[in-house]
Amino acid sequence: MLLRFSRICTSLLLLLFSANILANPIEASDNSKEFDVNEMIMHHIKDSHEFHIMDINGHAVSFPLPIILWTENGLVTFLSSEFDHDDSGKVIVKKKKQAFVKYHEKIYYAEQTGYLGKYVIYDDNGFVLNKKPLDLSITKMVFSMFISMVLLVLIFVATARTYSQSRNGEPTGLGKFTEPLVLFIKDEVALPMIGEKNYQKYMPFLLTLFFFIWINNVMGLIPFFPFSANLSGNIAFTFVLAVITFIITTLVANKDYWKHIFWMPGLPVPMKLFLAPIEFLGIFIKPISLMIRLFANISAGHIIILSLISLIFIFKSILLAPVSLFFSVFISLIEVLVVAIQAYIFTILSAMYIGSAIEEHEH
Amino acid sequence: MDLVTPDIGLIFWTTISFAILYFILAKFAWKPILGAVTEREKSITDALSAAEKAKEEMANLKADNEKILSEAKLQRESLLKEAREIKSKIIADAEIEATEKANKLVKSARTAIENEKSAAMKELKNTVVDLSLDIAEKLLSKELDDKSKQAENIQNILDKTKLN
Amino acid sequence: MSLIIFLQETMVDYGAFAAIGAGLAAIGAGIGIGQIGGSAMEAMARQPEMQAKLQTSAIVLIAFVEAVALFAVVVSLIK
Repeated sequence: MLLRFSRICTSLLLLLFSANILANPIEASDNSKEFDVNEMIMHHIKDSHEFHIMDINGHAVSFPLPIILWTENGLVTFLSSEFDHDDSGKVIVKKKKQAFVKYHEKIYYAEQTGYLGKYVIYDDNGFVLNKKPLDLSITKMVFSMFISMVLLVLIFVATARTYSQSRNGEPTGLGKFTEPLVLFIKDEVALPMIGEKNYQKYMPFLLTLFFFIWINNVMGLIPFFPFSANLSGNIAFTFVLAVITFIITTLVANKDYWKHIFWMPGLPVPMKLFLAPIEFLGIFIKPISLMIRLFANISAGHIIILSLISLIFIFKSILLAPVSLFFSVFISLIEVLVVAIQAYIFTILSAMYIGSAIEEHEH
Repeated sequence: MDLVTPDIGLIFWTTISFAILYFILAKFAWKPILGAVTEREKSITDALSAAEKAKEEMANLKADNEKILSEAKLQRESLLKEAREIKSKIIADAEIEATEKANKLVKSARTAIENEKSAAMKELKNTVVDLSLDIAEKLLSKELDDKSKQAENIQNILDKTKLN
Repeated sequence: MSLIIFLQETMVDYGAFAAIGAGLAAIGAGIGIGQIGGSAMEAMARQPEMQAKLQTSAIVLIAFVEAVALFAVVVSLIK
């Protein structure tokens, strides 16, 4: 089942990766400056307020995204193009009698100093001291998330529609592709981990979780414009999903679950006292490990692919290009498998934690 | 450090997005899809169980047939046995009856013979008495006439009179 | 003494230490995942009918081991 599943996703995405190589190096900035691999990679991994598409003759071409700020004077919205591709705190945007400045993809209230043309001030360690408004902008990540939502809704509502058209409840068309995935979650994740009695209640959550993570993982691997955002490699994203799992686990947990944490039955009292803090910490470590696993895996994948591409620019030799390309294609293909497995692992572990919380012990 | 600090804005939007996505998909996608899947699975299990039931019924039917057959066989056997018993009983009864009848007949015949015999004896005695009397009478009458003649007469009479 | 001076001089470049840390974590995780993979393979060869179950639990176990390495990676990313 798993093998077939991975085969499906591999074949689905194989085509997309021929384009991978072409699009990434464009992020290398203008020739006058020394190429900074670290900066390029971090720029790609992190969120940004505009969707950078490519550079043409040193001019950045990007898709402007709305900036939404909750400031001291209320809600402020404007397009990120007003910063004019500036990310070093040199351009001020004035709205509602307030001045804003963007520095390293964070938006601050501008300070008046204007030292070296910058409207930000730092302390000795390089931390920015400017005050920040609450930033609820539609960033690159949020934009990418909305696209993934639209795609998911389109795909699965269309799938649901194929069932009403088919006569004998058999999937037709799109359903033939998506149904095995749904059945995979049902038979390989929900049923064994949660149990036959309760699994149906958690199916919608597990399905949404799995496909939401997977489609965002896959979109992160596709290197051209509306995709390529490293959303599932962003800790805020994985944090929210892990917290949702944590909340569900804690809310549905039965008496047995808490008993097994604070007063493990069938053990001598000193052992119980010893285990209780460990088990209690375990409640929090479980979702934290979920969060870190997905974030680090996906980010690491992006970093590796970008690093391999960057080898060409580090060694400044076209001779290295074939090697670099070969390795990045190789890693890309592995990543196709990894992103599917990571979505699967996140889902199966969530199901496992929920299952352990509602499990009824017999003793 | 920047990399591992969750951004408030993205947390906000992810929470909202996931919630919206969950409700839309749960209502418009997962419910019909899982419904169709469960329904299909149910129809398959139903069909399977129906087939199983039919098979069981067939087996039952076969078992019933065999049972009926064996019962009929048993019945036939017992009927035959009964008939045989009746037959032998009838024969035995008939034999007994016949013997009894024969015995009775012989007995009655014997009594009849006995009776006839005694009757005959009686008659014989009477006849002998009569004859004796006759002879005596005639003898006496002749005796009275002539002794030789008397003897002659007696001889004559005795010749004429056949005993019995 | 010279070691301390050496460390003080090189401490500035946290990146190097981070890379060493990540590398050490990768070694540990590599050994762990290798053990799991090897045992899972052996178990599958012994009992091919259990393959699906073994695969699932092997992947889950690998995820647990991998998480430890990823914690190290994240720690080395924090600077």
